[in-house]
Amino acid sequence: MIEQPMMVKICDIIEESSTVKTFFFESNMQFEPGQFVMVWIPLLDEKPFTISYIQNNIFGISVLKRGLFTNALHAKKIGGTIGIRGPYGRGFSLQTNSNLCVIGGGIGMASLSAVIDRLNLTLKVHQGNVTVIQGTRTSAEIIYQKRFKNMNLCTEDGSVGFKGTTVKLFGELLKKQRFKQVFACGPEMMLYKVVELCREYCIECEVSLDRYIKCGFGICGQCDCSGHRVCIDGPVFNMEELSRMEDFGKTIMTKTGERVIY
Amino acid sequence: MPNIDLSIKLCNIRLNNPTILASGILGTTKALLKRVAENSAGAVTIKSISVEPREGHKNPTVITFEAGMLNAVGYSNPGVEAAAREFTDLQDVGVPVIASVIGTQKEDFVRVVEGISGLEFSAIEIPLSCPHTPGFGLLAGQGTPQATFEITSAVRRATSLPIFVKLSPNITEICNIAKAAEDAGANAITAVNSMGPGMIINIEAQKPILSFKVGGVTGDALRPIAVRCVYDLYKAIKIPIIGVGGISTGRHAIEMIMAGASVVGIGTGVYYRGVDVFRKVCEEMTQWMQENGFSNINSIVGGAHD
Ligand SMILES: Cc1cc2nc3c(=O)[nH]c(=O)nc-3n(C[C@H](O)[C@H](O)[C@H](O)COP(=O)(O)OP(=O)(O)OC[C@H]3O[C@@H](n4cnc5c(N)ncnc54)[C@H](O)[C@@H]3O)c2cc1C
Ligand SMILES: Cc1cc2nc3c(=O)[nH]c(=O)nc-3n(C[C@H](O)[C@H](O)[C@H](O)COP(=O)(O)O)c2cc1C
Ligand code: FES
Repeated sequence: MIEQPMMVKICDIIEESSTVKTFFFESNMQFEPGQFVMVWIPLLDEKPFTISYIQNNIFGISVLKRGLFTNALHAKKIGGTIGIRGPYGRGFSLQTNSNLCVIGGGIGMASLSAVIDRLNLTLKVHQGNVTVIQGTRTSAEIIYQKRFKNMNLCTEDGSVGFKGTTVKLFGELLKKQRFKQVFACGPEMMLYKVVELCREYCIECEVSLDRYIKCGFGICGQCDCSGHRVCIDGPVFNMEELSRMEDFGKTIMTKTGERVIY
Repeated sequence: MPNIDLSIKLCNIRLNNPTILASGILGTTKALLKRVAENSAGAVTIKSISVEPREGHKNPTVITFEAGMLNAVGYSNPGVEAAAREFTDLQDVGVPVIASVIGTQKEDFVRVVEGISGLEFSAIEIPLSCPHTPGFGLLAGQGTPQATFEITSAVRRATSLPIFVKLSPNITEICNIAKAAEDAGANAITAVNSMGPGMIINIEAQKPILSFKVGGVTGDALRPIAVRCVYDLYKAIKIPIIGVGGISTGRHAIEMIMAGASVVGIGTGVYYRGVDVFRKVCEEMTQWMQENGFSNINSIVGGAHD
């Protein structure tokens, strides 16, 4: 574990979509799929990003351009530097179950991609056991098209794949297919509905939650979800844990630390 | 084997054991306070609350190093109105809950105290000692005997709850400040807040790591200084002392209590040993007392004095 930011060189950049870029760097850290790092741009800020590629000692983070910090990241070129500390959090529990379904909404897909890699590796012998659902607003936002073949795509505007949400598509698939386990990441309302469906169909499920992160190691209390710290107790939680988390699907924590019910 | 009793009374508040969650660590929500209580803390303190909401400093705000932690969170908090919504029905927490109240002037302290007066807090802590937030604590001149007396007096008039005044380890005249607080009606002294500020520079980036550049030093590095402060205070004042700074084991807690603390606060220890650091410290204290023939924690208080 790296406790203070270590400066690393960006060794490659991939444009995944109109709004998402992946930045690669070399490190000898040990990562589990679902864990995240804190990325530091000196004099600007420091924010959490899940490791989306794990290849020997090359790691990638896939970043959606949305505000000040991610815009600054997107302006970085190969050879530029960023600070990294981590890895933080508890990732997905990988079992060699067959009939798995991975559901990514928007940039949530980034948090799941390392899991898909790992699952494909362990399940190589019986291909086709991992079903991937990716949902975005429109076709230009779909990521990892080359990386993962046979994804079940859906878009809100219907510009590619199924027209509708990931939850709707998942519901459709459930009519014809049986899943043993589901991994999901995306907007919390989507996750809430995915968990509800899993409960209905008696499927095991793990989801990766999003809260405002400051310290990343369980001290500041900024990332609370019903007494669970998303940064260290999560970000991945299973259904049993979620059933005891009243705030799941109901609240956000603002930057000031206010718990707001939505 | 003697039967070990860790329970203690602090300003008429009964605690099952002498460990308290320090302010600013995990104290953002009632749910987290409850979780800390379930891990055997004798009492818990909320993260400091000001009149208005504050976003605090930008990240990095907290960073660890070999001998502790450096933080400049910058008092991020949702403000008194939102805090009053969050911290209702505090008996659910299961142990006494201490409110931490901050302000840029004495009127602000009073407004926050009034804003939370209907809730079930067991005491009010006022830190006059933060080393890294403009407008508050040391950077606002609150760490003088005069300012301490005035702010404490104002809060005294606004509440009948016990008042704990939290002091900085930086100041040489810590005993004079503590006496000023005592004279103004404080019921206990919390010693100490983080020291410094200090700085950690990333030499590749050639920049300080914390966005605020400097931050308060806590954890192991602070412990000998905190112990000395408590030792000096024990001789200077009559009101009880909450000893805080670098405590993460039962031995550390016993050391602080021997210096003169009645109870101990734990913050950075949560990082070193997890949320159950409170349970671990209590178990280790119990074991030490058994091995050394003590049955009652009260009998150790100030034990290191001549
Ligand atoms: C565990 C975790 C893993 C994440 N992984 C990824 C990832 O792999 N790829 C990716 O693109 N994004 C990821 N995010 C979200 C990412 O951290 C935010 O998009 C980023 O911080 C936005 O910063 P900004 O300055 O560009 O935008 P801002 O304008 O500051 O904020 C836009 C939105 O981003 C979120 N956000 C801002 N700061 C933080 C913060 N410190 N912690 C959490 N959320 C924040 C808030 O919801 C805010 O509304 C992850 C978040 C978490 C909690
Ligand atoms: C991340 C962090 C945030 C803190 N925030 C506050 C705060 O809001 N109010 C306060 O009175 N003290 C605050 N402190 C100081 C602690 O309450 C405590 O006095 C100090 O950390 C020393 O104890 P420790 O060594 O056990 O951490 C904070 C400390 C840390 C590490
Ligand atoms: S971000 Fe600080 S406790 Fe999780």
